[in-house]
Amino acid sequence: MSERNLAFVRGEMLPAREPPSGQTGLLKLLRESFFKDWLSALLTVTSLIVLIWIARSVSPWLIDSVWNANSLSECRQILGGAEGACFAVIRDRWTQLLFGFYPPTQYWRPVLAFVLMLIALAPILFPPVPRRLLWFSAAFPGLAYCLIWGGTLWLPFSAYAVFAVGAIVLGLATRLGSGVAIVLALASALAWWIFVSGSVTTVLTQLLPLALAPVTSREMGGFLLSIVIGVTGISLSLPLGIVLALGRRSKMPLVKTISVMFIEFIRGVPLITLLFTASLLLNYFLPPGTNFDLILRVIIMVTLFATAYMAEVIRGGLAALPRGQYEAAEALGLDYWKAQRLVIMPQALKISIPGIVNSFIGLFKDTTLVVFIGLLDPIALSNSIRATTAWQGIYWELFIFIGGLFFLFCFSMSRYSMHLERRLKTDQH
Amino acid sequence: MANALTFPTREPHQAFRLSMLLNDSRYRSYTIQIFVLMCLMLGIAWLVDNTVRNLALLGKDFSFSFLWSTAGYDINQRLIEYDTQMTHGRAALVGLLNTVVLAVLSCVLATIIGVMAGVLRLSGNPIVARLTTVYVEVFRNIPLLLWILVFGAIMSEAVPAPNAFKGASATASMIFGAVAITNRGVFIPEPLFARDLGTLNLGIFQPSLNAVAVLVVVITCILVNRALMRHASRVQSQTGVRPVTWWTSAMILAAPPLLLLWAFGFHLGYPELRGFNFQGGLQLRNSLIAMWLGLSIYTGAFIAENVRAGILAISKGQTEAAYALGLRPGKTMRLVILPQALRVLVPPLISQYLNITKNTSLGLAVGYMDLRSTLGGITINQTGRELEGMLLLMLVYLSLSLIISGSMNVYNARVGLKER
Repeated sequence: MSERNLAFVRGEMLPAREPPSGQTGLLKLLRESFFKDWLSALLTVTSLIVLIWIARSVSPWLIDSVWNANSLSECRQILGGAEGACFAVIRDRWTQLLFGFYPPTQYWRPVLAFVLMLIALAPILFPPVPRRLLWFSAAFPGLAYCLIWGGTLWLPFSAYAVFAVGAIVLGLATRLGSGVAIVLALASALAWWIFVSGSVTTVLTQLLPLALAPVTSREMGGFLLSIVIGVTGISLSLPLGIVLALGRRSKMPLVKTISVMFIEFIRGVPLITLLFTASLLLNYFLPPGTNFDLILRVIIMVTLFATAYMAEVIRGGLAALPRGQYEAAEALGLDYWKAQRLVIMPQALKISIPGIVNSFIGLFKDTTLVVFIGLLDPIALSNSIRATTAWQGIYWELFIFIGGLFFLFCFSMSRYSMHLERRLKTDQH
Repeated sequence: MANALTFPTREPHQAFRLSMLLNDSRYRSYTIQIFVLMCLMLGIAWLVDNTVRNLALLGKDFSFSFLWSTAGYDINQRLIEYDTQMTHGRAALVGLLNTVVLAVLSCVLATIIGVMAGVLRLSGNPIVARLTTVYVEVFRNIPLLLWILVFGAIMSEAVPAPNAFKGASATASMIFGAVAITNRGVFIPEPLFARDLGTLNLGIFQPSLNAVAVLVVVITCILVNRALMRHASRVQSQTGVRPVTWWTSAMILAAPPLLLLWAFGFHLGYPELRGFNFQGGLQLRNSLIAMWLGLSIYTGAFIAENVRAGILAISKGQTEAAYALGLRPGKTMRLVILPQALRVLVPPLISQYLNITKNTSLGLAVGYMDLRSTLGGITINQTGRELEGMLLLMLVYLSLSLIISGSMNVYNARVGLKER
């Protein structure tokens, strides 16, 4: 009878058994990640072979490297037939790769400008830094211009005075209505710039001659040039790109058409043709006799180029915003610019951070193309170092140094963008 | 009264005031647009006026007649007949074809590299995933120009010279006896026809008739095969049983081209070392190899990221849903996953193709004779026609880009999510 033999019920849990011997420790790890199936095993073996081959062919070259020599032939003499890198070229020419033909006594100026740039960037990049430093960030462009190009300190001062005049007039004229005030402010700033600032600069220079030895653009080169072009292009292309993206999404057909044509034209031609335009054709398009600095022309072209790409990235961000955000902003009674500033842009820019930083990185890498129009960027300098008798025939060491520095800058930019994405992430999953 | 309830609420008619041009949103956009138009017109007029005055000062005119004058310079890689006595226009065409060939070769190789790297980066194997990550990060963060120079230096410095292949004590050997990698270029076998039908005269191009015939036959075979497949699908949808087609399909695709090749006496011409250099075979110049590898491996790193994003964008639920419907893994991939992944993947892929096409203009760095080196380089230097030459150059690149991005728009419209 079934009532008699009662079902057995265990009172306590059994202790867990040891896993089978193949399921623990190193063996399991090896099997699951490296030899899961024949394809994975094949890949593991292939990559190990590749790694070992690279290590075996490169390591003697790196280990036997020579750091103290004055020419490649001296290097080879020291090595005595063994295979080894000759990093003495970096030791010999690193200042040239960094600064070009900048006067050696003045090296402290670009270095100081670089350090100040880091300080100026700090409040923009990292929120814990006190907000008051933003005033320094605003003053930095003029300061950097003075430090790098030299000349009188009063020139950027009077340039900043233009903004001050505009702001004061704007403040005084607000009672007349915002449109009138803006027009008045622009007019007065322009008038100040054309009629007054020149004489103010001259007078101030005579009163207090604060000036640094001027350095011409032809003396600039190396990473100094790349960073000057890159940083200026980056900081100008973002605001211009926002304006252009708004233009492309504008409801006004004319504004929209112009923006679309500009963006598609710039994106359709290689940067190198635009740089050639800057160096060869700008003389045709400007009034006869005008001739201004080649670096400035390049900066303008690079900025225009980056602006078009930036506009497309930001347009992507704007398009990704749900329509409800626009409607909600309108329902709150915000006007177009307030809605853009307070509701739309903060979200759209957040969405497009990866794209924005990618185009920053692209812009910085593209500064190497100025070698084609005769500016002395690091690659042009590596060619000219190779053309000297002492260092004829040296390739890899220079490439490693230049590539390494570019990697450092670009990689830290992309890491920062990942950090920023995490920081701004509001939807926690 | 009922009348009071239906009282028309018409706005009081306002007289037009001048200030409404700025303050009334109905008129403001017209004000802005007219202002913008005026600025634009003034700007263009200013530029044109400056250009006309500058040209007059230099004593130049604006004409494209230089395209019909003798070029007088040699181009070392040509796909169509060209010699120094031909015109600048012809030289530009040779350069354009070189640009297109380089772009197509690089797009193909970059896609292969990028897809492989993108898939491997997601692999569960830590060594492979790490290695691919290193590849992607290193190539993405160092300028393309530097990579092109590196590959150029590898081809000219680290590769054996042709006379290393010579004699009993040769230090280098040909791969499979067919391919020779030397510092004067890579030599590969060339296709030859024993029975030559001559060339087809199309004015600018003179393609070999044999090649044209083979191409026509291959395309016809593919079309016939597609008709067969359609027929099979129709039979399947009517009767539920798909007719066995693999052997008819294989016959249709393989037999006619092979027969034709046999009839033409197709064979390969191998490169041979004669004197100081290789003769016979096809010579791929160092400049082409450096540009090709540089562009492909650099762009491959970007494509790998796009592929990774495309794969990650398809949720696992799609695969599971397909399995639940009873589809086999192969069909799941072909009918469910790929169509969705491609929709995410193709637009960035085509914009990478666009980048490759524009970046071919860096050929100057290693002496590749592309459009920029011929029309935008030597021709401009010889004729002094910077304005016309650069305008033409920009126009050609712009048309290439617009063709590629136009094809992307067509594709997007076809595969885009149809929301109703």
